[in-house]
Amino acid sequence: MAQKEFAGHMVDVNEEGYFTNPQQWNKEIAAAIAKEEGLELSDKHYAIIEFLRNRFISGEALSIRSINKSGIVDVKEFYALFPGAPLKKSTKIAGIPKPSSCI
Amino acid sequence: MKNILILGAGTAGTLIANKLRKRLSKREWSITIVDENKEHYYQPGFLFIPFGIYNQNDVIKPKAKFIPKGVDFIYSQIDKILPQENKVLIAEGKRELKYDFLIIATGTRIAPEETPGLLGELWHKDIFDFYTVEGAVALAERLKSFNGGKLVVNITELPFKCPVAPLEFIFLADTYFKKRGIRDKVELTLVTPLPGAFTKPIATKMLSGLMEEKNIKIVPDFNIAEVDNLNKKILDYEEKAVEFDILVTIPTNKGADMIERSSMGDDLNFVPTDKHTLQAVGHENIFVLGDAANLPTSKAGSVAHFAADFLEENLISAINGEPLKAKFDGHANCYIVTSYSKGTLIDFNYETEPLPGRYPYWIGPFGLLKDTRLNYFGKLFFKWMYWNLLLKGHHLPVTSHMSMCCKERPE
Ligand SMILES: Cc1cc2nc3c(=O)[nH]c(=O)nc-3n(C[C@H](O)[C@H](O)[C@H](O)COP(=O)(O)OP(=O)(O)OC[C@H]3O[C@@H](n4cnc5c(N)ncnc54)[C@H](O)[C@@H]3O)c2cc1C
Repeated sequence: MAQKEFAGHMVDVNEEGYFTNPQQWNKEIAAAIAKEEGLELSDKHYAIIEFLRNRFISGEALSIRSINKSGIVDVKEFYALFPGAPLKKSTKIAGIPKPSSCI
Repeated sequence: MKNILILGAGTAGTLIANKLRKRLSKREWSITIVDENKEHYYQPGFLFIPFGIYNQNDVIKPKAKFIPKGVDFIYSQIDKILPQENKVLIAEGKRELKYDFLIIATGTRIAPEETPGLLGELWHKDIFDFYTVEGAVALAERLKSFNGGKLVVNITELPFKCPVAPLEFIFLADTYFKKRGIRDKVELTLVTPLPGAFTKPIATKMLSGLMEEKNIKIVPDFNIAEVDNLNKKILDYEEKAVEFDILVTIPTNKGADMIERSSMGDDLNFVPTDKHTLQAVGHENIFVLGDAANLPTSKAGSVAHFAADFLEENLISAINGEPLKAKFDGHANCYIVTSYSKGTLIDFNYETEPLPGRYPYWIGPFGLLKDTRLNYFGKLFFKWMYWNLLLKGHHLPVTSHMSMCCKERPE
């Protein structure tokens, strides 16, 4: 398994750069990953990240649609905050696995 | 006398009713099944209706024909489950049914109302689904008068049942327009939220190759936000737009509304289910079979068929107060038609992605991830097996656990 350094902390990541141990995450690390993705994190970003982490920890599925349930942003604003691939980017920054789409 | 109550008499409910009636003593156990619809649809056949290969009569038979003697069939709408009281309310709450064990098999339905504009003025005029008989029949009529332009197939979001169906649809459309001699006038495009043609890498590679060969375009990473009926465009959340003359949509798939009324579902009304034991999470006397469950595998008839063996074993254990020992592995097996005469086949489970090889491993006439004529006939033969073996709970000539035999990992 690969390791990567963010903000002075070594963390375990998979080949796509997603955390394999969400416990190793903290806010500073999040800011460092975001920087790599070309993003500066605002309070709104952090609020979404917290929502995603809580949902992941309670074992609920993550999808674009579930963002509407966050009470923080709607899907359109979610795209504006994490442009391109919002769910992929935000989960990476949140230190949780990439949501796998089941087929 | 104790009661087993089955909700939904589709593929999953019908086949488990047949299995359990054979397994359990009639003196000790009554079995009741409830469904609001008198007709059983062979849903895999819907795929062939738009192209005139099948018509409505090929896919509809009376449900009652497949429910065994000794099972009570109640035609009624299911209102809600009261799991704390071991009761189900039916007929708008006017009647109640008690159970000792409950099996939820209410499947999934399309929910086009989830996407703004989808049910607008073009619905069933230039915008169609083929996941319902009505949609498939309306689309068949529209295709007859279509002489060229942009045909777009759009997947709204995951999960949706029979995840290979949109690809099969577009492959058949390619053949259909070739036969009509107008393939060069038709632009075929698949617009999908996935990063490619399919989720799993090896199958994606094979299927993308086929799409390229057939000159089918793909727009990946597209999450539809709305349909612009006036300008005939679909838009995603970043204002990416794709124009269409005919839009074939796979709308959001949701579990039955009854699940929501019972407060037993996730965001999309699928029932949280233990992926190995098939028991509903938090309910010891409730099991879930078929598309209604939130299992991380395909929503497909083949999955319901394989899972049924495990559910049957675990239900017997639960009845005897023993631990649930049978562990479902997520086994799915799908034929994928790739033209009017050829097809491919994929076989996979929770852990193993679809790999090339042959199937079933002990005779192996069908090529996994290979484009062959025999696979196409396998798909057509499946219709016979479905009505005659699968629904009646007979064993098909394949194993319930996925087998790694005769599969190879490509370099
Ligand atoms: C176009 C298409 C192609 C497909 N191709 C394949 C294929 O090639 N191979 C494959 O394996 N699978 C295929 N499938 C998938 C397969 O048909 C389904 O996965 C399977 O039918 C699921 O069975 P089920 O019993 O869970 O749900 P269903 O068969 O849909 O049954 C659910 C039942 O519950 C009833 N119900 C729901 N709510 C209520 C209520 N409130 N009150 C009363 N009754 C209710 C409904 O009337 C229905 O009869 C395809 C599906 C489609 C649409």
